[in-house]
Amino acid sequence: MSSETDSPLLVTPLNALHRELGAKMVPFAGYDMPVQYPLGVLKEHLHTREQAGLFDVSHMGQVILHGDGVVDALEKLVPGELKALKEGRIRYSFFTNDQGGILDDLMIANRGDHLFLVVNAACKVPDIAHLTAGLPGIEVEYLGDDRGLLALQGPVAATVLARFLPEVATMPFMSMVNASLKGIPVTIARSGYTGEDGYEIGIDADRTEDVARLLLAEPEVAAIGLGARDSLRLEAGLCLYGHDIDTTTTPVEAGLTWAISKRRREEGGYPGDAVVRRQLAEGAARYRVGIQPEGRAPAREHTEIQDANGQTVGEVTSGGFGPSANAPVAMGYVTAGNAAAGTPLSLIVRGKALPAKVATLPFVPQRYYRG
Amino acid sequence: MTIRFTEDHEWISLDGDVATVGITTFAQSQLGDVVFVEVPEAGRALTKGKDAAVVESVKAASEVFAPVDGTVVEGNQAVVEDPSLVNSDPQGAGWFFKMTLANPAQLDGLMDQAAYDAFVEGQH
Repeated sequence: MSSETDSPLLVTPLNALHRELGAKMVPFAGYDMPVQYPLGVLKEHLHTREQAGLFDVSHMGQVILHGDGVVDALEKLVPGELKALKEGRIRYSFFTNDQGGILDDLMIANRGDHLFLVVNAACKVPDIAHLTAGLPGIEVEYLGDDRGLLALQGPVAATVLARFLPEVATMPFMSMVNASLKGIPVTIARSGYTGEDGYEIGIDADRTEDVARLLLAEPEVAAIGLGARDSLRLEAGLCLYGHDIDTTTTPVEAGLTWAISKRRREEGGYPGDAVVRRQLAEGAARYRVGIQPEGRAPAREHTEIQDANGQTVGEVTSGGFGPSANAPVAMGYVTAGNAAAGTPLSLIVRGKALPAKVATLPFVPQRYYRG
Repeated sequence: MTIRFTEDHEWISLDGDVATVGITTFAQSQLGDVVFVEVPEAGRALTKGKDAAVVESVKAASEVFAPVDGTVVEGNQAVVEDPSLVNSDPQGAGWFFKMTLANPAQLDGLMDQAAYDAFVEGQH
């Protein structure tokens, strides 16, 4: 999860607050970010699953696209169904390359007169260049460090946020609205990266700390660092760009075809569409799967995966300990013949073959708001 | 009883012919919540500075190195069963293994409590 850099680290609008809260800070995607607070990764993780966690995700890239034909234009870069995306709704998609590899995954919201995108921090510079080059005639406005982003996640996130804004309680999953939180203009999306119900709140940089302090003052809310963010998303079966998906993995291999509509599968019209269409028809050579080690030893990223005969069939792309699963959990790619749930595998950890099985994702039930 | 420390944040405490080895309070605080421990089997020969045990937090795996040459007498099954002992009592019930020493003079090359405290202070 580290990202080494020689240049000075960027800071989010909450940098001083993280330090005040006693966070352990690490470099991540060029930013000085909290990996954990004094509560610790394990308790932060469990707190988010039981109550509500507040995450600083201001390092992510927030981008606005304006212009006539913006929906048609963006469909040329992503396989997501944008024409049917109603105003106020959000869709998960990814930028693909000509080989069907994934350049980044992102959220796309239809805000009526514009599209609003949230992209990964580590990819935002190339993403903006990709958008600018790929969308002639469309204005690509990067909100940059003028804008903060907080995520409030957990089973009581709705109860907490509804104290300030009653209308958010019934917002559909993957919808987005403008609101005023104690007089502070915010955007609120019902979305997240933990498998729990929750919100992502966009705020001007100079008011982000005010909103964070308001939410942290609620008794159920704790500040949560990147360490727990990673274990939460892994248990929820969600991909981390640069690890579980990258330019060498296609949406079919990654098990993300649910994010490509019937029309987009048939019509194509995005980079790598022929590869994706062929893999949909014929199957891919490998697939991303959940992996459940049978013992207590975690299998980390890049752990070799073997089949029952000792043949190498893949590699772990994310792995660690799942505090809610109370067991090691992992994801990785295996050859198509070994991808069925229950298939026995061996994980080569410190030279020893440890037994594991292909597991159905997610490791813990997703608890998104379904009305 | 003599306690000595390594620059890799192991402690070794000699009582008679048998030394007990673990990781320091500082080391566990840096690791965070320990979720998995692997300890060596009795009879295994250890080499100073080489892998002896494994300790894993939610996020990362780390090696525990042998502070000196010797032979494992016992691995602590209690920390295998309950890795959180490494956090709650790192220099007590959270010990990793006991060993006999091939060359007790090697202890003289390790830090005493005062030297280790100064070393940790320099890590901040």
